[in-house]
Amino acid sequence: MYVSVKGGEKAINNAHSWLSEIRRGDVNIAELNIKQISEQLTLSVDRVMSEGSLYDKDLSALAIKQSRGDLIEAIFLMRAYRTTLPRIGSSKPIETGKMLCLRRISATFKDIPGKQKLGPTFDYTHRLLDFKLLADGEYEKAKIEKYDDKEIPHVLSFLNKEGLIQKEIPSGKTSKDITRNPINFPLTRSERLQSLSRGDEGFLLGLAYSTQRGYARNHAFVGELRTGYVEVQFEIPELGIEINIADVMFTECESVNQFKGSKKIPAQFTRGYGLVFGQLERKAISMALVDRSMRWKEFGEEYLGVAAQDEEFVISHCDNIQATGFLEHIKLPHYVDFQAELDLVRKIREEYKKNEQRT
Amino acid sequence: MKNESRKQWLSYLATADENYLISLWDNLNMKIEYNWLREPEIGSVMVQGKAGVTGDNFNVGEVTITRCSLSLDKKIQGHGYVQGRNKYKSKIAALCDALMQTEKKEIIKRNIIDKLIKYKNNKRIEILSKTEATKVDFFTLVRGEDK
Repeated sequence: MYVSVKGGEKAINNAHSWLSEIRRGDVNIAELNIKQISEQLTLSVDRVMSEGSLYDKDLSALAIKQSRGDLIEAIFLMRAYRTTLPRIGSSKPIETGKMLCLRRISATFKDIPGKQKLGPTFDYTHRLLDFKLLADGEYEKAKIEKYDDKEIPHVLSFLNKEGLIQKEIPSGKTSKDITRNPINFPLTRSERLQSLSRGDEGFLLGLAYSTQRGYARNHAFVGELRTGYVEVQFEIPELGIEINIADVMFTECESVNQFKGSKKIPAQFTRGYGLVFGQLERKAISMALVDRSMRWKEFGEEYLGVAAQDEEFVISHCDNIQATGFLEHIKLPHYVDFQAELDLVRKIREEYKKNEQRT
Repeated sequence: MKNESRKQWLSYLATADENYLISLWDNLNMKIEYNWLREPEIGSVMVQGKAGVTGDNFNVGEVTITRCSLSLDKKIQGHGYVQGRNKYKSKIAALCDALMQTEKKEIIKRNIIDKLIKYKNNKRIEILSKTEATKVDFFTLVRGEDK
């Protein structure tokens, strides 16, 4: 039975006023504006778009400001807003081969057509605090060089040509949009990927790390990692013309994992896939590793009973809004539930006492 | 009117930097009479990816889109499907789409569409040339003790 709690209105209003004031902080310090957040805290903005499952930088920056920088709270705000939007339709599948890359690397091949390009990365920095940022607004300007404007082919397509890696062929299975339909296990790979792409970065990182440490036994290489802008194509319903309706930044990771072979097929590498909004490569790599570990059935591998192989475990727990909703609700008034438990434990203790007196 | 060219201008209008498009339009100072067929509404489009680049489609997440439709007269209609949540941007896109089908085509093309193309192309060049400057040639070394 659910019994509602009433009252507390004044306290709640006052709590929210204080929240508003404390969010503003010291009024002698200039207030943050949305453009400052979307331009200078880009990777927080990207994370909120990715896990909020809605690509809109201004909204993401607003959510970060409103949540005082609590990214899960910001993601919650994005998700809530997202549910109010009428769905105009679905895009054509994006072509990441045509990505305008800011970054493109491979850890498996050093010489690749299209070359390795580091882009704006934290890799190879010394991870020392830069006290110059504390002092002034100085920054280094990006260097430029003459370029070839050619499409950059996917690295794994070269392995494909030799038959050294498992091919990704459409299964013909129909998948549901997990945001519109209740999910039923087992899921299709597409349903899993949708769920992973909006899943919690920290949770996926932990699971991916567990596979590297031996819980699912599939050693992964980063076959390719790329970040850049992709044109989203959408057919205008009134015209039947497909247009480039949006330019969206994605990070894509293709992992190369250990072999699979059988009597009929010689040994070949297998693969995992990660695709997320924004420049979130830790998340994209984690997604690829977890995607791969959940494919054990498809590749006829042994089920080792580990978390990263268990799609029901992974998918049911990777959504940080579901998780935090359930977790945080236990701090809200549960007085009646608790009263019932209190009565029960008192009764048990009384009976125990009676029994003790009897003996 | 060819679909190819309409596809092109609709694409540049959709992905235009909103402030830039608004300033280009406002500078033209055109007074256009129109009727709404659909007033601007904010919604979303679900973006699809492909598992492992060539496999099954899957839903990655949504992107905010604003759309509207209007007519200049009984024959000419304009559709403004644009990225983001700016209703004015959507209306400008619809007006430009409609005007591109009239004798004002040249004005719109020269003062708006061509400029959007140039703007986007410059952005592309900037990214390509910065990315190129971070091109690496890794090489592996044989270590001394292997001799």
